[in-house]
Amino acid sequence: MADEGVAADDAAPATEIAEQPTMFGVPCTDERGQRVLHPSRDEYLDVLGMAAADGFELCVDVCAVDGLTNGGRAVAPGIEPERFEVVVNLLDLRGRRRLRIRTQVPADDPQVSSAVGLYPGAEAPEREAADLFGISFSDHPDPSRILMPPDWEGHPLRKDYAIGAIPVQFKAVEGR
Amino acid sequence: MSTATVAAIRRPADAVLRISEEAALEAAVVEDDTTAVPAEPGDGPMLINMGPQHPSTHGVLRIAMELQGETVLRSKPIIGYLHTGMEKTAEDLTFLQGPTNVTRMDYASPLFTELVFCLAVEDLLGTEIPPRATWIRMLMCELNRMSSHLLFLATNGMDLGAVGMMLYGWKEREEILRFFESVTGLRMNHNYIRPGGVAADLPDGWQDDVEHILTVLPDRLEQFDTLMTGQPIWRDRTQGVGVITADEAIAMSATGPLLRSTGEAWDLRRTMPYLAYDEVDFDVVVGAYGDTFDRYSIRLNEIRESMRIVAQCLDKMPKGPYRSEDRKVTPPPRARIDESMEALIHHFKIFTEGFRVPPGETYVAVESPRGELGCYLVSDGGPKPQRVHIRAPSFVNLQSLPHLMYGGLLADAIAIISSVDPIMGEVDR
Repeated sequence: MADEGVAADDAAPATEIAEQPTMFGVPCTDERGQRVLHPSRDEYLDVLGMAAADGFELCVDVCAVDGLTNGGRAVAPGIEPERFEVVVNLLDLRGRRRLRIRTQVPADDPQVSSAVGLYPGAEAPEREAADLFGISFSDHPDPSRILMPPDWEGHPLRKDYAIGAIPVQFKAVEGR
Repeated sequence: MSTATVAAIRRPADAVLRISEEAALEAAVVEDDTTAVPAEPGDGPMLINMGPQHPSTHGVLRIAMELQGETVLRSKPIIGYLHTGMEKTAEDLTFLQGPTNVTRMDYASPLFTELVFCLAVEDLLGTEIPPRATWIRMLMCELNRMSSHLLFLATNGMDLGAVGMMLYGWKEREEILRFFESVTGLRMNHNYIRPGGVAADLPDGWQDDVEHILTVLPDRLEQFDTLMTGQPIWRDRTQGVGVITADEAIAMSATGPLLRSTGEAWDLRRTMPYLAYDEVDFDVVVGAYGDTFDRYSIRLNEIRESMRIVAQCLDKMPKGPYRSEDRKVTPPPRARIDESMEALIHHFKIFTEGFRVPPGETYVAVESPRGELGCYLVSDGGPKPQRVHIRAPSFVNLQSLPHLMYGGLLADAIAIISSVDPIMGEVDR
């Protein structure tokens, strides 16, 4: 797969792409030298499988982004931004390269397939994304909250979740 | 993927106890009523909750464990007790205030979280930082790696009964923290590395302080070797305990000393250099057996490697500005504020409004003492980030715990938790 690495290095920045480069059959953009793939939700797991077979053996991170206040953001040509985005960072230890996979997830059906079958290390990060964003990962072995208490309502990292404050009564110190 | 790889991936996952937090609590409730105790205790596996206030858990960690006699079967780390929503807070702070927040995540190595956040901001801004700032960052981070590993040696010793080690480790760490205090004004949570450079230049006489650390420490490390490395008791407690193979570690996304202990020479400073790590000479320390002893000796020897890097920083420290001259990110010098109204306005605006960062997203990673510390930063073009995600190595490495502990003794579980070196502030964020 060395030829693909070269092709992506030569790829123009996302803003001035003439012919759209692809990798694993999905649109591929270049963000400041970092390669980013934009599969649809249906293609997501297949792309991960192909990436794993291609040497991206370590799933560094899974996180989510809420684009509620940033709806018109640029994703990739031909990709419609949705409210949520699941971002996976992969690492190839032998080839020393990174790959990022951004999948758009609509607000009315916030769910994607779980990557745990391919990358067991994705378990805790996926639980975190599910906990804080309310995105459900189907077929996840342990879809429980991880950081918030089990009976917590709401998903704190969503943009429509208020930051909240606890009223604090400041008192004068005795004798001052 | 070969069948061997798939098997390697499956194996660690099987050690996880799939049980909810409430169920773990219910199963472990000890009723006053003796009739609630199972008729024949000792037959089946017993579920216990270790923590969340256990002194050996390096913070507030709770582990639901299935025990058969003294043997640990499946287990599940239950976390979140220190969760304070720092990633949410980060969305409400400007890019300049960001380091103040993220530095509180990993409180044993705060400079690394500042560094990775600032590198991400600078990447989006396209700001070049002057060489002196780069080398100051490297010097401070390597000293921080030493202090963090010394803290590990102290707590690891304490966990395994070498209580004297706790005192020695904290004592040496204090030497480094004293230097940090003279540079940054604080012993921890420095907010020293800022977008565009560092907050202040190194103070006069910093070379002497660093040299003092470099001359004192080697002898002490020799003493630690005598106290622990060569000790038969120490070896018995750590060798062959909590073994993990390279394939399994990679499958569980483990990084840092946990991955290197398996013989996998993966250190971002070497494999994907950032700052000026390609200009300094150092060795990547790797283990061979993937056990607790390897993880201990990797950290001990990484202190020696860090000392080599610090010595080179001392020799090569370039002269020049310690922060970017780019007026967009750097406040005007103090002297200018007294004579120029514009400089005063500029200073005021940069600290109230902050600066705008072009829209985009980036992922930057550095090698923290615990593994790959990453920052995924999304900007919508405003003065505050739209999303800050810190890929915390402790959080991800903690997943390997059930696998490391499976089939071992309860007493070994303590050694294993200690050898993963989780910092709960970073785990829960």
